[in-house]
Amino acid sequence: MLVEDKGIPMKVGLFVPCYVDMFHPETGIATLELLERFGLSVEYPVDQTCCGQPMTNTGCEREAAKTEELFVRNFGKYDYIVTPSGSCTNQVRNNMTAIEQTEAVKHVRSRTYELVEFLHDVLKVDAFPWAEFPHRVALHNNCNTLRNLRIASMSERREEPFSKPKALLGMVKGIEFADLTRPDECCGFGGTFSVFEEGVSAKMGQDKVTDQLKSGAEYVTSSDSSCMMHQEGCARRMGVNLKYIHIAQILNGARA
Amino acid sequence: MTAELHEELTDPHAGEQLDHGAASSRPLKSRISEPQPRGAKIRGNRPVDQSEAANRFMAATEHEAMHDARLWDLRQKRDKEMHGIEEWEELRNLASGIKEHTLSKLDYYLELFEKNATANGIKVHWAKDGAEHNAIVLEILRSKGVELLIKSKSMLTEECGFREFMAKNNVEVIETDLGERIQQLDDEAPSHVVVPAVHKLRTDVASVFAKTIGSDPDNADAHYLTECQREATRPLILSAQAGMTGGNFVVAETGTFVVCTNEGNADLSANTPPLHIASIGIEKLIPGLNELPVFIRLLSRSALGSPITQYTSHFRGPREGGEMHVVLVDNGRSERLGMEKFWPGLKCIRCGACMNTCPVFRRSGGLSYGATYAGPIGLIIDPTFNVHKYRNLPYSSTMNGSCTNVCPVKINIHEQIADWRKTLAGEGEISPVKKVMMKAAGEVLASPVVYRASLPLGRSALRHLPHFMLYNKLNTWGRKRDIPETPKQTFNEWYRRNRKSQSEGEKS
Ligand code: SF4
Repeated sequence: MLVEDKGIPMKVGLFVPCYVDMFHPETGIATLELLERFGLSVEYPVDQTCCGQPMTNTGCEREAAKTEELFVRNFGKYDYIVTPSGSCTNQVRNNMTAIEQTEAVKHVRSRTYELVEFLHDVLKVDAFPWAEFPHRVALHNNCNTLRNLRIASMSERREEPFSKPKALLGMVKGIEFADLTRPDECCGFGGTFSVFEEGVSAKMGQDKVTDQLKSGAEYVTSSDSSCMMHQEGCARRMGVNLKYIHIAQILNGARA
Repeated sequence: MTAELHEELTDPHAGEQLDHGAASSRPLKSRISEPQPRGAKIRGNRPVDQSEAANRFMAATEHEAMHDARLWDLRQKRDKEMHGIEEWEELRNLASGIKEHTLSKLDYYLELFEKNATANGIKVHWAKDGAEHNAIVLEILRSKGVELLIKSKSMLTEECGFREFMAKNNVEVIETDLGERIQQLDDEAPSHVVVPAVHKLRTDVASVFAKTIGSDPDNADAHYLTECQREATRPLILSAQAGMTGGNFVVAETGTFVVCTNEGNADLSANTPPLHIASIGIEKLIPGLNELPVFIRLLSRSALGSPITQYTSHFRGPREGGEMHVVLVDNGRSERLGMEKFWPGLKCIRCGACMNTCPVFRRSGGLSYGATYAGPIGLIIDPTFNVHKYRNLPYSSTMNGSCTNVCPVKINIHEQIADWRKTLAGEGEISPVKKVMMKAAGEVLASPVVYRASLPLGRSALRHLPHFMLYNKLNTWGRKRDIPETPKQTFNEWYRRNRKSQSEGEKS
């Protein structure tokens, strides 16, 4: 696969967010394998850590600077940086401002894509012949992905309905969508909010899980693991038996 | 709002959706009355602890469930109205543009208004802060020997601590908006800019009225309660010597102002007594009547999901033998206008849509913010009044951005929340726990070696979140959520084992 404007083979750097690295390596593996299925040369720089979001999210920009520098050092050489996380993409693209905006920084910021938008907008994928997921699935859009990256239309606005994740999932054999009553409602993760404002965060998570349960979904999927980690944590504690699976796994052909 | 006008209130359980009267909040379990949770604990200038109050609100499960359902219902009605108007987004752009234009030439429009209003026979006063406002109003009242003042709802007078000031100066103030009157009788601030008593169940209202105006404590019927309040308040309205209103829009070109209500109470306040005083913030200016419909079309649709408020009253000058005063109040607005990142907050038309949509507000109640303005708009305005006291508020948000996208004047609320966090941390107005934790996180995450060493690997005894997320007592994750299990290997380890050697092998 070539870089459109340069006509040279595309080199993709894979960014695996810290919580995916730690708790959901299978999401990282699925993302890597999925990108490779499209003939891309994908590398994972092993010295990566984080995008700086926890600090920036808390207002501590200065504390984020060194982590941001490290990110740019790790990813500066790639044509595209792809990550299975919308909130990290939003951090890099829209909020990575703690460091001097050099050419390298600007390159990294403009070339970082969340997996779904990369598949949908850059690769323009039109089939996942290997994928089959005969289950009832509720889709959760992370708020950053929804309202900042604009991965789907939002209920607050009067706009033509669209959804990039749904468009991709729609190409998966056997999948059935479950409708939530409040599909756009934040689940309460909110980065460091989940730790600092634990009470409201957990209540929002419980309400989200209840909505998912009522929808008759068997699985919940999202292009963001962080929200799902929070939702799954709430679901387990509530004794609810919903299964959470990253969209990369479904698109990569996971069966269950 | 408008409880007495709504037919459906005769059967509060009728229909699928809730109706939008503040009085119609129906207890989810009848007969068992859960005590009303109270707002944030105010301790002088100490930073308000919103989460503490929010936790108490959520512990009152009936209140929380009702509050969330009522406000979400308003949000849905708003969505429905929005879909009925093809040019909705264009209207928002226009409204935002008009406000930005007016704010950028505020001095010009203020003087134009003063000139035209004066020509209409309105007496225009200027108040630089709350104290000056209160003093001006008191002087007008004293000059007419007024002892009883009726007023309609106004957030500005809340800002000014107006009622307390008048009480000290022996002027009795009667709120005429039903929700606001409930709050006044309960000695509590309004919890929402449009529906001030939305956090109360009808049973709460019944007990307030029982204590204050002698209604039956066991009768929580909306009609009955509204009627009792009306019986108690109407005679006061009739005997008041002065009336006070706010103003939603101040029209520079005509020297007039517009008040939008649903209960008609502003008209009672303005027209019953011979003296009408309107207290209005200087940001309420719009250039002319041509611009007004843009806002009228957006306001009530955004607020309550109704096409227009029941009353849209234009005040153009005193009636014969009467007097009309307008007090234009700054109270920090000029300063805010000069704040590079935060001036767009002045575009606010106080519709409350950002509160209705805010998932944190719906679960916390407006009084949990411990400030005049609650919810998303509060988070970005309150710190301009007192940066230390309200320094925690910008953290009471997941920054999900729903507020920004419902806002009819397109205030970038969630971006300003992020900017406030930066500004506060930069000024040292951040809690020590957050500061220390983020400093530690910043150091760990800047070094791949240190970071890898800090991870809670499956084989280690620490089967929980890494240290940088668990600073001292903040191990809050596990209180109501299970902690994810740590797999046998991280992705990094998997990659090193399965891919790294491979790709290095290929290179050599
Ligand atoms: S900030 Fe916007 S949505 Fe919120 S009250 Fe003001 S105008 Fe309404």
